[in-house]
Amino acid sequence: MSTSLLIVQILNGLQLGVLLFLIAAGLTLVFGVMDFINLAHGVQYMLGAYLAVMFYSLTGSFLAALILALLATLAFGLLLEFVVFRHLYDRDHLDQVIATFGVILFLNQGVKFVWGAAPLSLPIPEFFSGSVVLMPGLLYPVWRLAIIGSGFAVALILYLLVSRTRVGMLVRAGATNAAMVSALGVNIRRLFMIVFGFGTMLAGFAGIMIAPILSVEPGMGDTILILAFVVIVIGGIGSIRGALIAALLIGLVDTLGRSFAVDLLRLFMAPSPARTVGPAIASMLIYLLMAVVLYIRPSGLFPAKGR
Amino acid sequence: MAALPKRLSTGDAIAITVFAVLAIFPLLAKFGTEGYLLALVTRVMIFAIAAIALDLIVGFGALVSFGHAAFVGLGAYAVGILASHGITDALVALPAALLVSALFAFVTGLVCLRTKGVYFIMITLAFGQMAFFTASSLAPYGGDDGLTVRMRDTVAGLPLLRSDGALYYVAFVCLLATFALCRALVVSRFGRVFRGARENPMRLAAIGFDVFRYQLAAYVIAGALAGMSGFLLANATNFVSPAYMSWQRSGELIIMVVLGGMGTLYGAIIGAAAFLFAEEWLSELTEHWKMIFGPLLIIVVVFARGGLIGLVFGRGRHD
Repeated sequence: MSTSLLIVQILNGLQLGVLLFLIAAGLTLVFGVMDFINLAHGVQYMLGAYLAVMFYSLTGSFLAALILALLATLAFGLLLEFVVFRHLYDRDHLDQVIATFGVILFLNQGVKFVWGAAPLSLPIPEFFSGSVVLMPGLLYPVWRLAIIGSGFAVALILYLLVSRTRVGMLVRAGATNAAMVSALGVNIRRLFMIVFGFGTMLAGFAGIMIAPILSVEPGMGDTILILAFVVIVIGGIGSIRGALIAALLIGLVDTLGRSFAVDLLRLFMAPSPARTVGPAIASMLIYLLMAVVLYIRPSGLFPAKGR
Repeated sequence: MAALPKRLSTGDAIAITVFAVLAIFPLLAKFGTEGYLLALVTRVMIFAIAAIALDLIVGFGALVSFGHAAFVGLGAYAVGILASHGITDALVALPAALLVSALFAFVTGLVCLRTKGVYFIMITLAFGQMAFFTASSLAPYGGDDGLTVRMRDTVAGLPLLRSDGALYYVAFVCLLATFALCRALVVSRFGRVFRGARENPMRLAAIGFDVFRYQLAAYVIAGALAGMSGFLLANATNFVSPAYMSWQRSGELIIMVVLGGMGTLYGAIIGAAAFLFAEEWLSELTEHWKMIFGPLLIIVVVFARGGLIGLVFGRGRHD
């Protein structure tokens, strides 16, 4: 376990954490404000990636693809809200789970139908291609640094929006007590449209940014969705700050666990069982973390609901 | 609550009809493509067991578990792992399947049941994923690829499960037993406390009931029954795979429960049949059947509250 490997894995962990934050931010606000479970949030991420690939092949420019794909995911998210989700706000969580599950089935198959089942890829934009020397003998891809940087930039913008603007104030109030905000004469449905559209765009943005380093394939949103759920549960539903901290925590724990579990276990046991048990423990680690957090604090680290 | 006796009588009539049809189905199947139909309905019954178990906690306790497939998978893995060590008798495998899934339910239940509502959904989902990824990384037992179970289990050394007809009736008996147990539980004193905990846990606690213990007991029972369904599934398919535990499977179980009519128990059987038949039928129609099935689900949720039973008998969901 060398220092440079540790630094690389910490950066990879931060990159995963930032990605999770982009997805979890929208999810946690949608939960917080409308008490709405949107399983289909993960497919927005997938859609962002697919749309970026499509617009890139049309325009040949990553920046144009980024902007067009963002607008398209926003439009599609609002369309989904209008056609499906709107009818579900007053229902119980079970109905929401099933209906949004239906949306996932449809869209996962839909992208297969439109773009085929084979994984697609998106080239890294020229300006950000290649690697940068962080330390003597330590190279790191520029694009991954760009993902980390843009993620923190989004976090900062989000923080300013939520804590400094009037809409942000309403969002915070809505996450704490939606009924009261509504009773005070705020159009909570419209507020929710804004939050929802913004969240959708963030998930799409995550998909676009990750597309150059992951393969773009049907179902790519499902795994990340579950991780995003773990993030918002640990962070406390409705809390942006909680989502950021939990996302970075999960990103780091997962990445470092997967890289070093076997090495760590070797300190206690023989190499061969360590190689068997290591990966199993590494993949359980974040769920164990969540279990411990929820056991101590059943509503997460920074619960937004004022009860 | 005043309508309870009447509701049960309609319900009992439906349940009796369902079981009567299932009991004579192998005779009817002789007129069709027997092997295929028999295997399909066996599959329906196996999933119906897990769905009834889920209905017990979702429909009567409002504990929306989104990780129920994990118990099915654990039961299946108990069969697979024992078989890979040469133990292929149901008298060992079935208790092992029940025990492992009950134990998992107990341990995770201790954490899950401390939370409520959305948190409960999320945390059960996460534990389900934990089981899924653990199974995927079990390299000695096939990892991602799963594990082939070479032969069906014997019962006390006798090859009782070898024929498909015998397996059908074993699944039938298990389903009947599951239904009878859950129905007895729901109307018992235990069931009244458990149902009461859904309505108003604080009031129950004030009368002196330890709500948590009742919920944990129901959660463990539901887990063990799902483990039994996993035991049957492994024997029916001769194959065990992490995919049995995937969160999509848990979602499908929830769909079965809601599709049939939540909080009825027999609805879970109808829901399982409706789901698996629709899957079978639509996937013959087109490779992209999920593009039809997804919107269908949304329509059912938006328009048919109370599931298919509610649609047919004109009753909304009562809660």
